[in-house]
Amino acid sequence: MSESAPVRVLVLGYGNPGRCDDGLGPALVESLAAEALPGVTIDADYQLAVEDAAVIAEHDVVIFVDAAVKGTEPFYFRPVIPSPVVSFSTHSLSPESLLGLARDVFQKERPGYVLGIRGYEFNEFGERLSPRAAANLERARDFIGRVLRQGNWAAAVTGSDE
Amino acid sequence: MAQSIEKLNRIAIEPVTRVEGHGKVTLLLDDRNHVRQARFHIVEFRGFERFIQGRPYWEVPVIVQRLCGICPVSHHLAAAKAMDGIVGVDQLTPTAEKMRRLMHYGQILQSHALHFFHLCSPDILFGFDADPQIRNVIGVAAKHKDLAVQGVMLRKYGQEVIKRTAGKKIHGTGAIPGGINKNLSITERDELLKDLAQMKEWGLGALKLAKDYTVEHLDWLADFGSFPSNHLSIVREDGAMDLYHGRLRAIDAEGNKIFDQVAVPRYIDYIAEEVRPWSYMKFPFIKSLGAEKGWYRVGPLARVNTADFIDTPLAEEARREFMAVTDGKPNNITMAYHWARMIELVHCIEKIDELLHDGDLQGEDLVLKGERRPEAVAIVEAPRGTLFHHYKVDENDQVVMANLIVSTTSNNEPMNQAVRKVADQYLDGHQITEGLLNHIEVAIRAYDPCLSCATHALGRMPLLVQLFDSRGNLLDRKTR
Repeated sequence: MSESAPVRVLVLGYGNPGRCDDGLGPALVESLAAEALPGVTIDADYQLAVEDAAVIAEHDVVIFVDAAVKGTEPFYFRPVIPSPVVSFSTHSLSPESLLGLARDVFQKERPGYVLGIRGYEFNEFGERLSPRAAANLERARDFIGRVLRQGNWAAAVTGSDE
Repeated sequence: MAQSIEKLNRIAIEPVTRVEGHGKVTLLLDDRNHVRQARFHIVEFRGFERFIQGRPYWEVPVIVQRLCGICPVSHHLAAAKAMDGIVGVDQLTPTAEKMRRLMHYGQILQSHALHFFHLCSPDILFGFDADPQIRNVIGVAAKHKDLAVQGVMLRKYGQEVIKRTAGKKIHGTGAIPGGINKNLSITERDELLKDLAQMKEWGLGALKLAKDYTVEHLDWLADFGSFPSNHLSIVREDGAMDLYHGRLRAIDAEGNKIFDQVAVPRYIDYIAEEVRPWSYMKFPFIKSLGAEKGWYRVGPLARVNTADFIDTPLAEEARREFMAVTDGKPNNITMAYHWARMIELVHCIEKIDELLHDGDLQGEDLVLKGERRPEAVAIVEAPRGTLFHHYKVDENDQVVMANLIVSTTSNNEPMNQAVRKVADQYLDGHQITEGLLNHIEVAIRAYDPCLSCATHALGRMPLLVQLFDSRGNLLDRKTR
């Protein structure tokens, strides 16, 4: 797959908009929806689940967008290595496990990236973003818009989730 | 409990793997290292009821989906049913009721499929003591790829049903006070019909797997985390299983009715909630039996036990086989939850089949209105059990009171009982062995608890096992 060629990109934002900054992922993909970028499918859900592996298998690249409780501010963009390790909460899965499932169950090994947007308030109910998270969202939105238009996923890797 | 808490040693295990949210198990030991009490702590975020207060009632069916990322559809439907009462509608149009039922069966199908294929099947395929690195969905994918595919596709099918009835996953708006906002087009119906036969075949395969496993291991499972208990669910007026609508029935461990055909708004006369100092979660119980003896189980096991029959042929045949194992008496085996869950999965597929062949789904009469009421209660049988939504709404259309009893709350004491029994059997000295941990997880997992649906943000899911002595000194610590 050539990185500059048009590819089928899946952007999966996940999190709970009713838990303050946990809604950063859905908020980002919602703002992307208006742009209707060619070749880009967007989806939002509360969390990643096993059936997402089947959807990933139908695309060439997947970008997971999530709120991050730590790591580089305002965001990081890191590659995902398919992994057999499941998280301890497998009503939902990690990006690594999902890529592993797409590979092991559907024979589709797909490159994946996580856009982790730094959030700060997670423990309250509220359909709002904290001011700092909202600012981070703006910068992440500009960043991912550029990356999607240019298709330069690997070169765009930045920051750390540590 | 015979001894005071001060004389008991404490072992804490947190959180429990493959259970939603964050959980912690504390085992209280006596001087002889027998487990005297088990506490399954649930880190519940408080304040959701307050979050709803002040909202206009018509927003509630959407807002309540924020409570849980695992079962948003169940909260959506329970709230919508309650708001039917608020707008004075007791009976929906046929199209509205059948669309909601279709949504509900899709939800239960996808939830049960996920639980069985991806959370339970690793335990029964590889054994409780298998390496946790293998005993998971990835291990199933490697060794039993057909099952892994079936699990994913059954779950995906259920999600398709939800998408076509509820709308967007994050902002589902299908059910509204007094009805529904869309019907099912012929194109959508045909899309869903296309894969249904395959889903039924896979569902029946899963049912056989669950049944065969339970029957083959019956002697051992009969003692594993099992105990006599009361059971509660809604049932239809003729006693049939009904997952969407009905009246309350509670039976004891022998099958005697404690109460029956109780109208949903009267739940408060029959069910009370106890608060315990060590847990945020409330402990519901049947008032007439008191807090100590009145706790009950909900969910698939309870529903199959309480129903007189199931109104779809394949599930009914399976129910009869299930009840025959205990000579028609309630089945109190904790691990039988899995078999019961698969009976319900088949029932849901049969119901979806029935509904997709019903022309009412293409009807145009979607919403009704009646005379506004100040208060309403609704119950649905969510995948994990009976879900209560109770609201009061003022003259400005704002919610002034909300009380929710979720199924994991009702199953809180049964899970404690299961953990205590398993832990007492497998705990050896002051060591938390892998075997002990595995068996506790298996027992809790049978209930498919959903623990508060905590935020899931990256980097928050370690497994930490800690062992303390009675003075609070750390004796042992394990992470997985």
